[in-house]
Amino acid sequence: MRVDGKGLIDRTKPVRFTFDGRAYGGYRGDTLASALLANDVTLMARSFKYHRPRGVLTAGSEEPNALVEIIGATNQTPNVRATVQEVFEGLAARSQNRWPSLKYDGMAINDLLSPFFSAGFYYKTFMWPRAFWEKLYEPLIRRAAGLGSLSGRHDEGLYEKAYAFCDLLVIGSGPAGLMAALTAARSGADVILAEEEARLGGRVLADDIMVGGKPGADWVAEVQAELAGLPNVRIMRRTTVVGVYDHGTYGALERVGLHQPARANLPRECFWRIVAKRAILASGALERGIAFPMNDRPGIMMAGALRTYLNIYGVAPGKRITLFANNDGARVTARALIAAGVPVAAIVDSRPDAPMEDGTLVHAGARVIDTKGRLALRQITVLKGAEQIEIETDALGVSGGWNPTLHLTCHMNGRPRWSDDLAAFVPQDGAVPGMIAAGAANGTFSTHGCLAAGHASAAMALSDMDMRPAVIAVPMAEDAPYRLSALWTVEGKGRAWLDLGNDVTTKDVGLSAQENFSSVEHMKRYTTQGMAPDQGKSSNVAALAVLANATGRSIPETGTTTYRPPYVPVSIAALGAGGRAMGFAPQRFLTSDQASRDRGAPMIEAGLWYRPSYFPKPGDATWRDSCDREVMMVRQTVGVADVSTLGKIDIQGADAARFLDFVYCNTFSTLPVGKVRYGLMLREDGFVLDDGTTARLGDTRYLMTTTTAAAGLVMRHLDFVHQAFCADWNVRIISVTEGWAQFAVAGPQARMLVNSFLEAPVYLPFMGVAPVRVGGVDGRLFRISFSGEEGYEIAVPTRYGEALFRDLVARAETMGGGPYGMEALNVLRIEKGFITHAEIHGRVTAFDIGMDKMISAKKDCIGKASAMRPGLVGPEREQLVGLKVGGETAMVAGAHLFAQGDAIKRETSQGCVTSVCWSPTLQMWLGMAFLKNGRARHGNKLRLVDHMRDVDLVVEVCDPVFHDPSGEKLRA
Amino acid sequence: MPELIAKSPLAGRPPVTRGALTLSETPMDAVTSLALFPGQSKAMARVLKPMGLSFPAPNRVSQSGDARLVWTGRDQAFLIGVGAPAIPAEVAAVTDQSDCWAGLSVEGPAAHDALMRWVPIDLRPKSFAVGSAIRAPLYHMQAIILRMTADRIDLMVFRSMARTAWHEIDVAMTTIEARAARQK
Amino acid sequence: MRLSCPLCGSRDRREFYYYGSDDYLNRPAPEAAPEAWDHYLHLRDNPAGVTKDLWYHELGCAQWLLVTRNTVTHEVLAAELVADRKGAVR
Repeated sequence: MRVDGKGLIDRTKPVRFTFDGRAYGGYRGDTLASALLANDVTLMARSFKYHRPRGVLTAGSEEPNALVEIIGATNQTPNVRATVQEVFEGLAARSQNRWPSLKYDGMAINDLLSPFFSAGFYYKTFMWPRAFWEKLYEPLIRRAAGLGSLSGRHDEGLYEKAYAFCDLLVIGSGPAGLMAALTAARSGADVILAEEEARLGGRVLADDIMVGGKPGADWVAEVQAELAGLPNVRIMRRTTVVGVYDHGTYGALERVGLHQPARANLPRECFWRIVAKRAILASGALERGIAFPMNDRPGIMMAGALRTYLNIYGVAPGKRITLFANNDGARVTARALIAAGVPVAAIVDSRPDAPMEDGTLVHAGARVIDTKGRLALRQITVLKGAEQIEIETDALGVSGGWNPTLHLTCHMNGRPRWSDDLAAFVPQDGAVPGMIAAGAANGTFSTHGCLAAGHASAAMALSDMDMRPAVIAVPMAEDAPYRLSALWTVEGKGRAWLDLGNDVTTKDVGLSAQENFSSVEHMKRYTTQGMAPDQGKSSNVAALAVLANATGRSIPETGTTTYRPPYVPVSIAALGAGGRAMGFAPQRFLTSDQASRDRGAPMIEAGLWYRPSYFPKPGDATWRDSCDREVMMVRQTVGVADVSTLGKIDIQGADAARFLDFVYCNTFSTLPVGKVRYGLMLREDGFVLDDGTTARLGDTRYLMTTTTAAAGLVMRHLDFVHQAFCADWNVRIISVTEGWAQFAVAGPQARMLVNSFLEAPVYLPFMGVAPVRVGGVDGRLFRISFSGEEGYEIAVPTRYGEALFRDLVARAETMGGGPYGMEALNVLRIEKGFITHAEIHGRVTAFDIGMDKMISAKKDCIGKASAMRPGLVGPEREQLVGLKVGGETAMVAGAHLFAQGDAIKRETSQGCVTSVCWSPTLQMWLGMAFLKNGRARHGNKLRLVDHMRDVDLVVEVCDPVFHDPSGEKLRA
Repeated sequence: MPELIAKSPLAGRPPVTRGALTLSETPMDAVTSLALFPGQSKAMARVLKPMGLSFPAPNRVSQSGDARLVWTGRDQAFLIGVGAPAIPAEVAAVTDQSDCWAGLSVEGPAAHDALMRWVPIDLRPKSFAVGSAIRAPLYHMQAIILRMTADRIDLMVFRSMARTAWHEIDVAMTTIEARAARQK
Repeated sequence: MRLSCPLCGSRDRREFYYYGSDDYLNRPAPEAAPEAWDHYLHLRDNPAGVTKDLWYHELGCAQWLLVTRNTVTHEVLAAELVADRKGAVR
């Protein structure tokens, strides 16, 4: 019910929204919970386990009950707290965890069966037969106990992430936070003020407190206006700081567009990573309940939430309200309600010495021992001495006291301290380096105390940063002492709930202790206390108290569970903003990309690069037809391929040769200028890191190439070797991968094609390199081959790459050749026995690939000492071999090799296959494999088995070089 | 003889404006890496002096006319905008980088706002002043980021990643524009 | 987590690649006994407290850093360039 003249909602902006398909009206500034309460809707949810009818318990992000699904055009978001979701025109919300409807929920049968569903029920009941767990029990339980549902589609919503920096991060904008921000702002510090709610002000607004002689809302507006006008302040509303990380890093979730109709390009949420030199935690406190019998009915809520609904939203959650408390909160609430014209039936105060209250009936020394009302609260039963009093009421405000919101102080392993005075945990000083807890978050509960603490803590943080704090007079405000007499539970007949989110009762905690799950961490897992989406924000401390009582220990002896990030639920989509689909990694495009796509080439990912897989022609039925044709084209005429993706590293200096000798296992100081040499690079542990060719461009200048996949890895390795072992040498290394477009021209007619486009023809011997001019541009020509044919690679500055590729392909085509793709490139290299990272996969030594002789005896190099150690050489090693099989029978990579007659099992595997292809040149399937003592087993017949793909055939072991073993074509 | 037409990394893509921010491709005509050999800083200073340049301190740019010398690493800087001077081989490794990089610029009073969606560094003018040059990630990409004037930030990313970089920055600019128009 | 690169300043952890203990800087002589190489490559302490390890500023200046930090308190006590460290000359 709306209360005239109360609230900060914008009554000039009415909005229509739906809940479970029914239309309701609210105002801009309402939350879904406040708007539903204004429409007298108190039943908002069904509970997790027993499917009991539930209303709203709180008015903040700690809400355990009122979780709903929000249905948007692109999203269906489950478990949204109705107390956080703001209403807007067209908002569609739906209750969850019920069937067929919120009022008639079939699963409410669980509630009748509740005696069987005590804590540990699942563990005890679904033990046998064991095999049933995975197939039957777990799916059933999950279906019954789920919360909201997902759409089953991709989340197409837009999410954002961002970084921010400041001197001082102020978390929370209640009296302490605002004073801290104001102090720091006036002192010239760079300030971020993060507030979870849509409005600044915290309990100044919720409790409608006078500050400095004026209404709290006016004071907040003044401070806000001043802060908003300062260039050194950034106010972040709807932003929850959810985690604290090392060295002043804070994670925060901003609800950017969730409070309004979806709008193109407007992110739903933004995940902020804020780096702050200092932080002030002014997150306030959370009110806690009292576990009295049947304390979960719709209409029973926190006394402080009642005030919030009244003062911020102008809503009275009932027509005849009662209050139950162990502190003065009940009477503060009663006064506010009465002043607004809302009838208050009675205050039930557990303190025997509770003072009387003018105009309101107070039952001192009394407790609520029962409640009635199936879908909404109707009546409470109060026990006062020996007398039972029944009171008709439709809303009961409860206050069991306040717990400082200290979660963030525990994110770096800090443990809170128990305060007997407050009967609550308070933050340990210095629990997070650089963060100070202030105000209610630090156990200061009066408004004046919070204002003063905000100022003082900011002054402390500023002094810490060597800034001079501005002096600000702390405004006058109420400074009432916090008077509370701890009361956690009320004995009685019915169940008394602690954790409403997970349906955990006092009895469950008692049972846990009785069954010896008496450590707090065990109790949590046994009962699921505090494991619901609200993480037990309003129930954990009470549960500890019950456990402490059951185990005969004090609360501090019992200890708390660990508070971990995030403080509130964070959608994975926000954490991974920008990383969906193609956003996952940068895309690297070749200069030939468009030319390849123009020819219909499917592009495949090679690392981050996109490379043409093959170039289809009319009549090609499958990729194999294209691939076979391209292979034969290279073998018979000429082919062109873009090989720019290979890593290229410029190495210069008087010690460049010495450096290469150190990082390669073979020697480069002896390489003449104008020549290229194959190099093998080892890791220090003796395994192969990478291979490639390196050209000597001048006396003191080399150009190294790496494989596409390992370009970054090699650069990091070279940087390490250089900086760690020879930083004083005259050598500098820099990547030029991106600077050169490089194309392979291979085949018997390669030389003719190359000479057709050079300004002056050159003769290059095999493994030669020379500067050339192409179309007025300086380029480089290498005579190297990865195909086994006479091959060249022509490199020009990248800006000319596309033009040169198109030209080369056109020329090749006039000669009967054309472009070839990755598939053909792979077949060509397998036919020739050249290795790639399929072979040098990190578990392979130089010995394994038959290159141990390359390790120079004359010099030290990275990996040399290890390469020859026992275990890395010898017949027990799996060595590189070729595999042949007759006819059309296909081999598969990944298959294992077995001696014929051996049992097929892991222990008898002789090795495995790394690469296979159909060779159009040799008209048979070829394979490369690693086989135990393989070089001595050429000619042997083995079984090749792949259970996954149902392959079992006999293959012959052979030399891995199938095509032109003598290399005549290469050197022609 | 082939006719080789030069193409810039984004092949002349026109600038895009979103709200108060404009994203453009900037030409990278001449970029030369100068990497000092140990103990050669004085010799390098002698080479640079006639050009009106000095070897930049970390995270800084030295500028003279069209020539910028941008710090890019330990004893390493990129000479941008002019061709490389003659440098004795024992002083520094000189490497042409002109085709390695794509140039992008974000112009507008809050250029840093868009970039700080992807760059984990405080790029606000107070902390990233005119004359600053840093090496930093743009999301997953390695980048060189510099501020030569108050309301513009220049970036260099690997040439092959230019399209991704453009896309990421454009998305950031678009969302910032949408944020400005949302309900308070 | 943040590290202070001696060249680039305070930077987010995501810019760095982690390698391992600073033991990797103490490469044995080529002819050293297998035990020395085994120790160099494979044997590591796991200290609760101050430790020194190697980080590569991969998305920054491409320098290797020798970082001294406390594994218990998470304090970063020092970060220096591997190339500039004392005794860098091999």
